[in-house]
Amino acid sequence: MAGKFTKCMMLCCSAKEPEDMGSESYEEAIAALSKLLSDKADLGSVAAAKIKQITAELEAAADPTQFDPVKRIETGFFHFKKEKYEKNPNLYGTLAKGQSPKFLVFACSDSRVCPSHILNFQPGEAFMVRNIANMVPPYEKTKYSGVGAAIEYAVLHLKVENIMVIGHSCCGGIKGLMSIPDDGTTSSDFIEQWVSICAPAKTKVKSENNELSFSEQCTNCEKEAVNVSLGNLLTYPFVREAVVKKTLVLKGAHYDFVNGKFDVWNLNFQIIPTLAV
Amino acid sequence: MVNPFPGKWFRSKAMRMNDVDDIQSGPSSSPKIIRRPPVSSSEASSKSLGLQEFTGSKVQNVNNSGERLDLFDELKRRFLSFKKHKYLEELEHFQTLKEAQSPKFMVIACADSRVCPSTILGFRPGEAFMIRNVANLVPPVESGPSETNAALEFAVKTLEVENILIIGHSCCGGIQTLMSMRDNGDSSFIKSWVTNGKIAKLRTEAAANHLNFDQQCRICEKESINHSLLNLLTYPWIKDRVRKGLLFVHGGYYDFLNCTFEKWTLDFKGSSVEERGRSLVRDQELWC
Repeated sequence: MAGKFTKCMMLCCSAKEPEDMGSESYEEAIAALSKLLSDKADLGSVAAAKIKQITAELEAAADPTQFDPVKRIETGFFHFKKEKYEKNPNLYGTLAKGQSPKFLVFACSDSRVCPSHILNFQPGEAFMVRNIANMVPPYEKTKYSGVGAAIEYAVLHLKVENIMVIGHSCCGGIKGLMSIPDDGTTSSDFIEQWVSICAPAKTKVKSENNELSFSEQCTNCEKEAVNVSLGNLLTYPFVREAVVKKTLVLKGAHYDFVNGKFDVWNLNFQIIPTLAV
Repeated sequence: MVNPFPGKWFRSKAMRMNDVDDIQSGPSSSPKIIRRPPVSSSEASSKSLGLQEFTGSKVQNVNNSGERLDLFDELKRRFLSFKKHKYLEELEHFQTLKEAQSPKFMVIACADSRVCPSTILGFRPGEAFMIRNVANLVPPVESGPSETNAALEFAVKTLEVENILIIGHSCCGGIQTLMSMRDNGDSSFIKSWVTNGKIAKLRTEAAANHLNFDQQCRICEKESINHSLLNLLTYPWIKDRVRKGLLFVHGGYYDFLNCTFEKWTLDFKGSSVEERGRSLVRDQELWC
């Protein structure tokens, strides 16, 4: 939190050297800010938004039990409105009329892996589905129609050009899948049934990587589950058709936040004539 | 015929986004650190992924693999920028997150590319467990297993979030489909899914039949949020926690035509949150 505060002050008080910052009291910092704002009144609204955010953060840091969820999102919304929406009227004006994203992204619901952060997706760029362990169930009209609806909308209506399924490290859903006992007994209402969509990944990892630790097996399963989901995408006729026509490309990815890495790989297939009689 | 997916082959072909930088740095022993300009949200400094091409008509199909490579080059650049300017700068925070996540929010939002809650409400890594589906719908418990209720179960029982926030938005394609569909037998995934909001459609038509279609859609977008909020309470482990004051359930509506955000909290009095068919809400606010 303190780091963020200092950065903000550096933004406002550009004349100061970074080394001087640490020894200043907050009164001196506020005096410097007041002086800057009296010289440059147009910075007033920017400063107000930033100060509001800092105040909320410091309040939360000072007394974690006093977390006010409404205050938190209110601050976030006004920051977005002033720093993004109002500064990009052309972009947001265009987006108000419609969206034309190039990506359909499947990412985990995990709070640490939002693709808007790690890949900096801007509004309008990615139609995004988030669920436990970023899974795509196979084509089935009655069950899991939510995922089918998202794929159908993205491919047939929005005509996205890329589908990317992003797995990640320390995925609770994958760990849950790997922890389901061999006799198949489950203790949850819905979670274990959902993650069993990628049971083929678990089978593969257990048979090929049995010598690895549970945690290493989970890491491999995170990536193999992405592959299972990519394969399941091809069971949707409209996906298959677009892939064959080369208007759609499927990609797998894995975000490792333990080591700060990001892998991307292709799902390729070719139609190779083997016989022409 | 689709070739079977050779998982092992792809492992060796995987492009590791960090390695490419090292390869390009030359023969010196320490990799040259290429300073990239900080990624800001304005389109001027970051190459937007084809947004300038949008003129209201559908984007042309890209058969040019070169252009697609550009797209992924851009993603690589963005990840490396995130890593340098956020991940490494806030390493302590990310180390804590590595161990476990303890978000205070569970957010259910639409998959629409324009309404990511991380952007519009400024959620940072670790703050919000997020479900995104078409039209931010929550089916009731009796509809059986779904991706939405699996995530609900995890967020409420395992992560023990304190707040659930359902966020709807203006010009929602899913709600538009719901409002314009007729029971003519032809089915699609979208129609099957948005039928979860059917009661919201009936309420809208009953109350707002005199308004034009667009206006009715705006009303249905909000009715649907309320209906989904009530559906949350069909899950006993949610209702129980709400009753005990351990979990709060909120609705939110993002209007991107005017850039306003409306929020309200479901008021749980005794055993019912509905009175004469209307949801009891409190702390209603409009931010504009």
